[in-house]
Amino acid sequence: MNGFVFSLVYAMLALALFMATIRLCKGPSLPDRVVALELISSIVVGVIGVHAIDTGVLSLLDVAIVVALIAFLAAIGFARFIERGGPRSD
Amino acid sequence: MIDLFIAVFLLSGAAFMFLAALGILRLPDLPTRMHSSTKAGALGAMLIMVGVVIGFAEWLAFARGAAIVLFIMLTTPIAAHAIGRAGYMVGVPLWDGTIKDELRDNYDLQSHSLQSERREQEPGKDREEP
Repeated sequence: MNGFVFSLVYAMLALALFMATIRLCKGPSLPDRVVALELISSIVVGVIGVHAIDTGVLSLLDVAIVVALIAFLAAIGFARFIERGGPRSD
Repeated sequence: MIDLFIAVFLLSGAAFMFLAALGILRLPDLPTRMHSSTKAGALGAMLIMVGVVIGFAEWLAFARGAAIVLFIMLTTPIAAHAIGRAGYMVGVPLWDGTIKDELRDNYDLQSHSLQSERREQEPGKDREEP
C-alpha cells in the first residue's frame, strides 16, 4: 500500500514543482519570481522528506534542514536587494 | 495502522503543497500569490515532516523533524513579510479588485514616513466601496 502512496505523493509534488516553475518563468515582476522560488524550496524540502522515508536514509533530513535554511537566507537577501534598488520592472 | 498514519500525513501535506502551487499559478497579484504559497506551502512541508517522523519512529528523526518544523514555522512569516514589503515599496501593481489599501494614502514611499491624519474619515465609514 505504501508504495502506491509514495508514488502518488511524488506525482503531486512533481506537479506542484512544475506549476511553481511556470510562475518562476512567467512571473511579471521580480518579487513574483522570488515568491515562486521560495515555494519551490519548500516543495523540495517535502520531496527530500518523502525520499528519506521512502529509502530509509535518516541523513537526508539534514539535507532538508540545510535547504530550508538556505531558502530563508535567499529570500531575505532578495528582499533587501529589491528594496534597495534592484531592477524595477523585470 | 502506522502505515495509515504515514499515508494520511504525507498525502495531506502533498495536497496542501499542490494547492499552494495551484494558487501561485492562478491567483492574480503578488500579495494573493504570497498568501497561497506561504501558508499552504509551509503547512504542507510541516505535515510531510510529521509523517516522516512517524515513519522513522526514532529519537534522531524526531529531533531533526522537530528542528525542520520549528525552523519553517519561524522563518516563513519573516521571509513573506520581507518580500511583501519589498514588493509594495517598489510599486508592484495590485489586482483590480483590491478593496482596501490603507498604506496608499497615508504612507510616503519616498521618505518612508507614515501619517495617520492626512485623510479625514467619519467613524464607522472606514471601508471604501470598490
